[in-house]
Amino acid sequence: MNMRFGLKLTAVALLAATTLTATAQDAAEGAVKARQAHMQLYAFNLGALGAMAKGAVEYDAEAATRAATNLATLAALDTRDFWLPGSAAGEVEGSRALPAMWSADSNAMVHAGNLRDATAALAASAGTDLASLQAGMGPVGGACSACHKAYRQAD
Amino acid sequence: MRRILLLLLLGAICGLAVFWIVTIPRHADPEELAGVVPDLARGEYVYTAAGCASCHAGEDGKATALEGGMEFASPFGTFHAPNISPSNQGIAGWSALDLASAMMHGTSPEGKHYYPAFPYASYARMDPADVVHLHSYLMTLPASDKADVPHDVGFPFNIRRTLGGWKMLFLRDDWVVADPNLTEQEHAGRYLTEALGHCAECHTPRNALGGVIKSRWLAGAPDPAGQGRIPNITPHALDWSAQDIAYYLESGFTPDFDSVGGHMAHVVDNFAKLSPEDRDAVAAYLKRVPPVE
Repeated sequence: MNMRFGLKLTAVALLAATTLTATAQDAAEGAVKARQAHMQLYAFNLGALGAMAKGAVEYDAEAATRAATNLATLAALDTRDFWLPGSAAGEVEGSRALPAMWSADSNAMVHAGNLRDATAALAASAGTDLASLQAGMGPVGGACSACHKAYRQAD
Repeated sequence: MRRILLLLLLGAICGLAVFWIVTIPRHADPEELAGVVPDLARGEYVYTAAGCASCHAGEDGKATALEGGMEFASPFGTFHAPNISPSNQGIAGWSALDLASAMMHGTSPEGKHYYPAFPYASYARMDPADVVHLHSYLMTLPASDKADVPHDVGFPFNIRRTLGGWKMLFLRDDWVVADPNLTEQEHAGRYLTEALGHCAECHTPRNALGGVIKSRWLAGAPDPAGQGRIPNITPHALDWSAQDIAYYLESGFTPDFDSVGGHMAHVVDNFAKLSPEDRDAVAAYLKRVPPVE
């Protein structure tokens, strides 16, 4: 193998490696963005429900059902591609997801299941009356914070 | 020369004697608990508001018994929450007076100083009757025989007697927000925040000796576990309405509908079980705290 060929080969290998890393990095960054957008959609719909629950705006059965149904839909999304390995805090800028989320004994899927159940129940009950809406918000908040308690880095 | 040496020696002996006296662990006064009839329901309320389970219910807060286990990293070393379930490893043999000495004076039944990772500097402001109620409730909880993990603390902090000096400097049972014009609601909020809820233990910065800096009351602090900051909750930084604060303590949702995380999620779990009046009271109190940058 002559010297020039060796150099070329090294250059190609380096280029491939960088491209591969860049692609993986882009994918991880995209995943973080998708997660954050998903969270914002939760927050938007929770905002409408929470304003009624705490008495800041008047209860509106139809609007409550609409927002709660959106929440249930959001919780039912298959988000496995948002939660790419390699996109934890420290691995991608802006990510606050703790690496423990991806460990073998992670409870993240359990929390996600609880959120699905809680939002489905809320979608069914939010339109009944204000008291039902208020009662249904508890388990939703509980499911959110259970996961944030375990797997989100502090500010 | 001999006279000088003698004087120095006398001075050293006096110094040691003073150190010995001021660092004697103090116990609660039986008079303060006299005649209090234990009320289990009030005891459960105190248990919830004081957040006992948040640190004593196992490593992840899920154990059925208050068997200890949570770790607290600090600049002084790592502390481990002990077993406080009603077993022989825990507090089965304790009287209500023992519990009052522990919670309000930081002194064990054997007369040893506790480390202030146990928030007795806040509980010192409790109504002693509430300790009696809490004691009756703790004795009804499940027992566990799990042995305590010893604290991992370096010299000189591993000498418990030095904690007597810490207490002399920093242990006070007076109120920080001492405005005589507080409303009844603000008083209730102050009791929940400054005493039972021990909010300042994390939300107020500490000096080099680990004493809370009262002039920066609730103004936020670095997370002692290393990463991140515990937020400023004085009106300077926390501009949420009282209604928003109360709703956060109930649901864990911020006004932007982010949700609570970290150790604060335990706090919200507890406050969600209190009454709406209690959460409103804490919010009213927080609005009266002096704003600190």
